Amino acid sequence: MSHHDLTPVMAPAAGPAIGSGSASGRRRPVPTAALRGLAGLAGLVAVLEVLPHVGLVSADYLPPASETGRALWQLLAEDPFWTALGDTLTGWALGLAIAVGAGVVAGVVIGSVPLLRAATASTIEFLRPIPSVALIPVAVLMYGTDLRSKLLLVVYASFWQVLVQVLAGMQDVDPVADDTARSYRLGRWGRVRHVMWPTALPYVMTGVRLAATVALVLAVTAELVIGSPGLGRELAVAQSSGAVPQVYALVLVTGLLGVAINLVARAVERRALHWHQSNRRRGAEG
Amino acid sequence: MTVHTVFRRALLAGGLPGALFALWWFTSAGSTDFYLPPLSTTLGKFGEVWTPERLRSDVLPSLLRLTAGYLLAVVAGVGLGLVVGTGRVVRDVLEPVLELFRAIPPPVLVPVIMLFAGIGDTMKVIVIVSGCMWPILLNTVEGVRAVDEVLSDTCRSYGITGPTRLWHLVLRSASPQIVTGMRQALSIGIILMVISEMFASSNGLGFTIVQFQRSFAIPEMWSGVLLLGLLGFLLSLLFRFAENRALAWYHGLRRAQRNP
Amino acid sequence: MLDVQDLQKIYTGRHRNVEALRNLTFHIAAGELVCLVGPSGCGKTTLLKCMAGLLTPTSGEVRLDGRPVDGPPPGMAVVFQEYGRSLFAWMNVRDNVALPLRRKKLGKARERELVDHALEVVGLADAHQAYPWQLSGGMQQRVAIARAVAYEPKVLLMDEPFAAVDAQTRADLEDLIRRLWRELGVTVLFVTHDIDEAVYLGQRTLILSTSPTVVQEDLTIDLPDERDQLHTRSSTRFAELRAHVYEQIQRAKRHSGDVNGTQVADRMPQAAPTKAQTEVVGSE
Repeated sequence: MSHHDLTPVMAPAAGPAIGSGSASGRRRPVPTAALRGLAGLAGLVAVLEVLPHVGLVSADYLPPASETGRALWQLLAEDPFWTALGDTLTGWALGLAIAVGAGVVAGVVIGSVPLLRAATASTIEFLRPIPSVALIPVAVLMYGTDLRSKLLLVVYASFWQVLVQVLAGMQDVDPVADDTARSYRLGRWGRVRHVMWPTALPYVMTGVRLAATVALVLAVTAELVIGSPGLGRELAVAQSSGAVPQVYALVLVTGLLGVAINLVARAVERRALHWHQSNRRRGAEG
Repeated sequence: MTVHTVFRRALLAGGLPGALFALWWFTSAGSTDFYLPPLSTTLGKFGEVWTPERLRSDVLPSLLRLTAGYLLAVVAGVGLGLVVGTGRVVRDVLEPVLELFRAIPPPVLVPVIMLFAGIGDTMKVIVIVSGCMWPILLNTVEGVRAVDEVLSDTCRSYGITGPTRLWHLVLRSASPQIVTGMRQALSIGIILMVISEMFASSNGLGFTIVQFQRSFAIPEMWSGVLLLGLLGFLLSLLFRFAENRALAWYHGLRRAQRNP
Repeated sequence: MLDVQDLQKIYTGRHRNVEALRNLTFHIAAGELVCLVGPSGCGKTTLLKCMAGLLTPTSGEVRLDGRPVDGPPPGMAVVFQEYGRSLFAWMNVRDNVALPLRRKKLGKARERELVDHALEVVGLADAHQAYPWQLSGGMQQRVAIARAVAYEPKVLLMDEPFAAVDAQTRADLEDLIRRLWRELGVTVLFVTHDIDEAVYLGQRTLILSTSPTVVQEDLTIDLPDERDQLHTRSSTRFAELRAHVYEQIQRAKRHSGDVNGTQVADRMPQAAPTKAQTEVVGSE
């Protein structure tokens, strides 16, 4: 759910077609932007501190930032918090791994056989938009608060992100490259391996990044609504026991977790793309 | 198109869904598993449960809340996105804050907003707005800052400024990104519509499905799951229809660039 | 009509300053067609943007009809090289041409008349409803020219408008420009890096040095007024002028505003045209 998200029909590296490169050409020196960003975050903290003090918002609903900070500090000192964090991350990582594995395999198989692609298109288009929260009652009945409940939601939601990107990537193959491969009598598997997969790789990385964010959302949702152990359940408990500063502290933690996942996913994506492009260039020169 | 190709297309589009349906139908036919009732039972219940009155009392409120929240989020997201995207300093200052807000998994906003807004319709609409706004906002910012410099210069030299520039240049050229944000926001909105009702409500689709589950009315619950899935599918179809109309130029441009 | 006086433009960067334009002075009379030619990366685009009021010069000034240019002046139209990026992809050809006319508030009938006429003269009378991306590059550039024509400018600035179209289309478009210039009586400044084009099109050709740029020569093109691709280009005089401009450009590549290449105090040592500079300066 990043703002770099693209519809699967678009190339992952491509920004808006109109406006090629204009944004990067205007990039300013980093320190200024970073300082301004820090000022913005400091401003947010200040506003959150001042609002309840001047009585614009009741401190019962929105405790001052200092109190939320204290609550966060206490949380960090407690074992249950770390266990919950571990539970959330376990569900996230396991679900993401399964979704990526299944999505890539299914995508490569479907994408490399035109008949299969044509035959599955309608089914994918139908199943993909089904909101994974529709599965919550099913998960509760079948697995209760077990880890499998969380995995069901996480995998269902993130699988489609990967699959659709892999399929888009496999379809984006340069016809010239494919014709070249054919004329050198590469078999189907050879073409998949040397032409389609390298083309699809950037899309796959985008899919993984999207899936990583979606997986976190669904992991926390499962904890919050079903009550699987994790940060979401801690949050629900804090809320129902009226521990408002803890609620905010936990919201902040999930947000920071989201930011961290986003940053890592983007870094990995950029790394992979960079490797991909420099490799391609080397291939072209050599 | 010959009869043959029509037939072939229909087979390709309908074959697998038909086969899956048949598979579900027959494997579940003799099912005695309490949790996995036969599909025939579920479908039978579907008509019984989702009567017009039921649709009016439970599905309509959900959809109204979703529509209200979603539209508000679009207005707020695009409006703020224009402000943030145009000013360089504003953008630098706010970007990390916005990134943080966007990274918060939207469902955790439900308990927070319940503190302020209780459990009524207002809470649910606010939840939807506060979850849907961020992808729209950040995509708008991205779209606005990517406005082509040559086009921008063209507008300046022809004296196209103010609201004309905003509408014909900035908003239109950012529209593909805005639509991308709106698509993400739609799926978030559906999630939040359901979750906010599962948490605390007296009506709505999410509420009803959870009620069925809690009272172990399993075929009824499955029929609700089916309805929710169908709703997600229909909304995405509607979105795609609107997108194809609004962004016809963009898809054409992309095709032209791909096959020069 | 159009006066450029002691124009200087220095780009200030974080690590270095790049002096793109050194000291440019020239005059264009009303109704003239002047070409501006120079080696790649010599600051042609910078100069044009200063003249169009899109860039503020570091010192010196541009005057249009005696009034200093401090922003895009009315009565001036610009045609850019990047036709694909200067048209609104979300508008059809007709709306692209009509949009700048809206704020002139001419009335529907007059607006329709201008648009129809402009599209007619550039040879796009059948393409009103098409979107720019449905057209070839040359036709897209015709749309941009039609937009300028409909705007009824006194001055038309063209920034390498044909650099990205194929040779045959280019010849057609060159003749189109000469025809429009004669029919409309508009003042045209035509920037190009193509020597043939610079000789064929204009009444005068200004040859620029490399960056930091000065005017190296102001050459009158004494070819007959009636020109056509076949006869003009095969005339002896054309060949002579072409050779002359070619020599001047070769010389210009070695010379810049810095006399004999000596460093001038206010110029940073690494200011030779580098990638960063050519990016700001132009896209030749």
